[in-house]
Amino acid sequence: MSALLEVRNLQVRVEEREILHGLSLTVNKGEVHAIMGPNGSGKSTLSHVIAGKPGYEVTGGEILFKGEDLLEMSPDERAAKGVFLAFQYPVEIPGVATMTFLRTALNAQRKARGESEYSTPDFLKKVRAVAASLNIPQEMLRRGVNVGFSGGEKKRNEVLQMGLFEPSLCILDEMDSGLDIDALRIAADGVNALRSSERAMVVITHYQRLLNYIVPDFVHVMSKGRVVKSGGKELALELEEKGYAQFEEQAA
Amino acid sequence: MNVALIKPTAAEVASDVFAAARDRLPGKGPVAEARRAAFDDFAKKGLPHRRVEEWKYTDLRVLLREVAALAAPPDAAALKRAEAALATLDVTGAHRLVLVDGVFAPSLSDTTLEAGVTTHRLADILNDAGNATRADLLRTNATADIMVALNAALATDGVVLGVADDAKLTKPLHIVHVATQSAASLATRSFLKLGKGSQATLVESFIAAGGAQTYQTHDAVVLWAGEGAHLDHIRLVEDARDAANISTAIVTLGTGTQYRAFNLTSGAAVSRYQAFVRFGGENAHADVNGVSLLNGRQHADNTLVLDHTVPHCTSNEVFRAVVDEAAHSVFQGRINVHPDAQKTDARMMTRALLLSDEAEADNKPELEIFADDVQCGHGATTGALDDSLLFYLRARGLPEKEAQALLIQAFVGEAMEAIADESLRDVAIATAERWLARRG
Repeated sequence: MSALLEVRNLQVRVEEREILHGLSLTVNKGEVHAIMGPNGSGKSTLSHVIAGKPGYEVTGGEILFKGEDLLEMSPDERAAKGVFLAFQYPVEIPGVATMTFLRTALNAQRKARGESEYSTPDFLKKVRAVAASLNIPQEMLRRGVNVGFSGGEKKRNEVLQMGLFEPSLCILDEMDSGLDIDALRIAADGVNALRSSERAMVVITHYQRLLNYIVPDFVHVMSKGRVVKSGGKELALELEEKGYAQFEEQAA
Repeated sequence: MNVALIKPTAAEVASDVFAAARDRLPGKGPVAEARRAAFDDFAKKGLPHRRVEEWKYTDLRVLLREVAALAAPPDAAALKRAEAALATLDVTGAHRLVLVDGVFAPSLSDTTLEAGVTTHRLADILNDAGNATRADLLRTNATADIMVALNAALATDGVVLGVADDAKLTKPLHIVHVATQSAASLATRSFLKLGKGSQATLVESFIAAGGAQTYQTHDAVVLWAGEGAHLDHIRLVEDARDAANISTAIVTLGTGTQYRAFNLTSGAAVSRYQAFVRFGGENAHADVNGVSLLNGRQHADNTLVLDHTVPHCTSNEVFRAVVDEAAHSVFQGRINVHPDAQKTDARMMTRALLLSDEAEADNKPELEIFADDVQCGHGATTGALDDSLLFYLRARGLPEKEAQALLIQAFVGEAMEAIADESLRDVAIATAERWLARRG
């Protein structure tokens, strides 16, 4: 059986600078992978390239998702196929009601997959059920998308979307940034509730702290645009103790 | 042998238009004199051009070139075509008053209006020799604007509406302008006078029957709101894609009135809507909002002049332009705060969204403040859609055009909030949705 996500020897440039120099990563369904590394190691670049953010030039390598060439797809096609990027900094969209946004996005994905679109009452039922299962207050749904949300609320809104869109691959980009410990725990509880044998997660983080709440199956250390070491969850603890410096020497 | 071809000037063309129309224009005696005087004003200056400050961005000598001959009065076939065009209107449940090619069409209009409303044809009043003040209807040039003078000279008809004191109308009054002819001018002037404490909604639609092209609409409305009256005023400019629409509203607000205006321009090749709003009594409030949705080579100008002449009045202007392809939006917002108008609170925010490299938007806020205890604020922005918002939506599964459409709807939505009537707001939203759907 082929892997859910297969990144092979990926090389990426931003403007004239190469950020990723031949990165490889294999993720199977049901697995939770953590990608750790110092600032500037290319972690967020990897998440952006997988989601299809413009401005990155892939100069070599490939990304296969469910055996298909992901780099050939537009960002919305990737979303419809089951790729979900939880943003490090979710944007505020004034004037777009959260419910309108959620319904439009869900139905666009369903339409792209050839599934029937949700009627408004069915959609409301679904979104309320997902929000309740993740302990997300209904009040959040009545506002503009992320408008006036605290950092923690924005991350919970990302988790809500994850629950609603039911992606097969979730990439959490620096989910812990800007969150205090309580907000982090609440967001992590939401993520854990969505762990399943049918879904994989890639947790990108700078700090080991997040991994106390979302416990990974595998940990990869990135440095200077490559994965320099992979291991089990104990690797994260080792990093916490010894720092990234040892790996930066290896990558050089 | 050299043959000199001498092209007539625009003013000479207009003289011909006026001379040809004069005999059929309603009103003799003082009315004819008022028309003559108005026309002389116009002929002295001709069509406004870029060196006339108020018309700097909308040079009618380039955009219109000349005033087209007045449309012939509609015949049975024209009325039939107009009727078909009326069937496409989104606005329903209103008292419909229809002007076809500049002439009131009783057969297409609602003849029984609700209690508290009076209606007359402008042509009937102008023809009524027993009415001593009839010529005043063509002299209400509260502004010295030259296109208002041209409108006075050429106006063939219009509706003159009155709402009784304390009458609260349950249905909007809907004036529909239908053009069925091409290369012709439609000149209309309408009036609405709201009695004390009354409430009304006025909707104006501008549409074309199939096949009508390159016509010119020259319209004016004169609105008075009596003490404590509430007036909602919605305009929907959906003229043919190669037509011109030059329209003026002259609004006088009494003490304690509320005026909420919204202008939506999606049609016409060339359009100018100029509103002159004067606060004539204290504690009045005006919301003057607008949205332009433009593409192709459309040119749409919204010019608003608010005169705060008395103390304790407030005004808020919210304008949004969405400009695609090689279209051009103009917004000019002038706020005059007169020396006595203390405690004025006047705000204005105009934003343009450019969807292509060729699109153009000119925003010109002008504040002239002669009172010292006032609050005035204005802002103007021009920009493209935010890439980070677009990517967020696309990462959630929205195709590019749908993501753009959602952001554009949000962009215009704020200006549409001034439409109090929910079904009319839905009409405006639906118009925007259709426009977005046509973008593909």
